[in-house]
Amino acid sequence: MGVSDVAQADGSKRVGIVLVSHSKEVADSVARLAAGLAGVPDARVAGAGGLPDGGLGTSEELIVEAAHRMDEGAGVALLVDLGSAVLTVKTLLAEGDELPEPARLVDAPLVEGAVAAVVTAAGGGDLAAVASAAEEAYTYRKL
Amino acid sequence: MSGKVTNEAGGSGEGGSGGRELDAAFFARWMTASADAVAREADRLTELDSAIGDADHGGNMRRGFEAVRGELAEEVPGTPGAVLMTAGRKLVSTVGGASGPLYGTLLRRTGKALGSAERVSGEDLADALRTGIDAVAQLGGAAAGDKTMLDALFPAVAALADSGGEDFGAARDAAERGAEETVPMQARKGRASYLGERSIGHRDPGATSAALLVAALAEADGAEGGTAGSQENDSSGSE
Repeated sequence: MGVSDVAQADGSKRVGIVLVSHSKEVADSVARLAAGLAGVPDARVAGAGGLPDGGLGTSEELIVEAAHRMDEGAGVALLVDLGSAVLTVKTLLAEGDELPEPARLVDAPLVEGAVAAVVTAAGGGDLAAVASAAEEAYTYRKL
Repeated sequence: MSGKVTNEAGGSGEGGSGGRELDAAFFARWMTASADAVAREADRLTELDSAIGDADHGGNMRRGFEAVRGELAEEVPGTPGAVLMTAGRKLVSTVGGASGPLYGTLLRRTGKALGSAERVSGEDLADALRTGIDAVAQLGGAAAGDKTMLDALFPAVAALADSGGEDFGAARDAAERGAEETVPMQARKGRASYLGERSIGHRDPGATSAALLVAALAEADGAEGGTAGSQENDSSGSE
C-alpha cells in the first residue's frame, strides 16, 4: 500500500522506496512508520510483504508491482528483511527486466533504513543519496 | 535404468562422439519428473526443514514445481534452454521462499548457458549446469561444505562431467551421497546457520531436494533410453 500515489506538486521526481518483508503487516507498517516519523505524509514508500495470499514469505509479483507503483522515474530503492527477501530482490536485479530502471537493493536495517530513506527521498535526494542514507543507518548505535 | 549409457548397447548412434542428443521434450520430462519427486517427498522435505529451518521447504517446492508442471503442460518451449528458463522463471515467481530464487537461478542460468540449440549433448548439459550452479553459489554467497544444496549439486555435476556427460546415474548417486554428507556439517548459510552447532546431525533439506532433482534427471534419461524418442507427451495430466 502506498502512503500516497500523488506525485509532488512541483513536478520534481522522487525516488521510490519499497520495503520487502516476509510479513505483509511488517512491510506495510514500517512504510507507515517511516512516513510518519519522517513527517512526510505523501512519501513514495510502499510495503511488499508476504505472499499474495497473506501468508509469510516473499513474492516476486508483489515486489515488482510495488516498485512500479512507487516509481516516478527517479529510480527505486528496495530495502529488505532477510533470507528469501534478499535473494528474490537480488535475482530480480540480476536476471529480469521486471523492475523499473534504475532499481537498487539497499544494504540497510529495515526500520531505521526506511526512515532515513524516506527523509532523504522527500528532500529530493537521488537514488545514490537515498541508498547511502539508508546504509548509514547501520552506524547509529543504541548503546 | 541406473546409469544407462545409450551407446554402450549398440555403439555409434549418430556419426560422432558422445551418445545423447537431448531435446526440449527431454528437459520437459526432467521437470515433470522433478515435480513428481518433489510431490512424493514433500512431507519429508518439510520434516527435514522443521529440524533446522522454518518447515516450509516441502510445501514451497511443491507449489513451485506444480506451477512448472502446469506451465509445461500448456506448452513446451522449443529448445532445451527455453524449457529451463521458463521453469526457472516460474519457480522464482511461485515458490515464496529462498528456494525460489535459488532453484530459479539454477535453472535460468543453466538454460541461458544452453543457448538456443534445439538439441544438446550430455557434455553441453554438464557445462551449462556448472554455470548454473556457480550462479547459485554466487547468489547465496555459499561454498561447498556450508550445508546447502550446493553440497549435492557440486558432486553431481563433477560426476557428470567426469563421465563426459554420459553417466546420469553416477550424477544421481553423487548427489545423494553429497546430501547424506551434509548430516555432520554445521550450517553456515541461511536460516539453519542461526542454530550454530545445533544444525549438526541433521540432513540439509536443500541438499535433499537438489538430490531429488538430479535423480529426476537420471529418471528422465532412463525413460529416453528405452525407445528412441517415441513417447512424447506421457505426463500431461493437467496438474
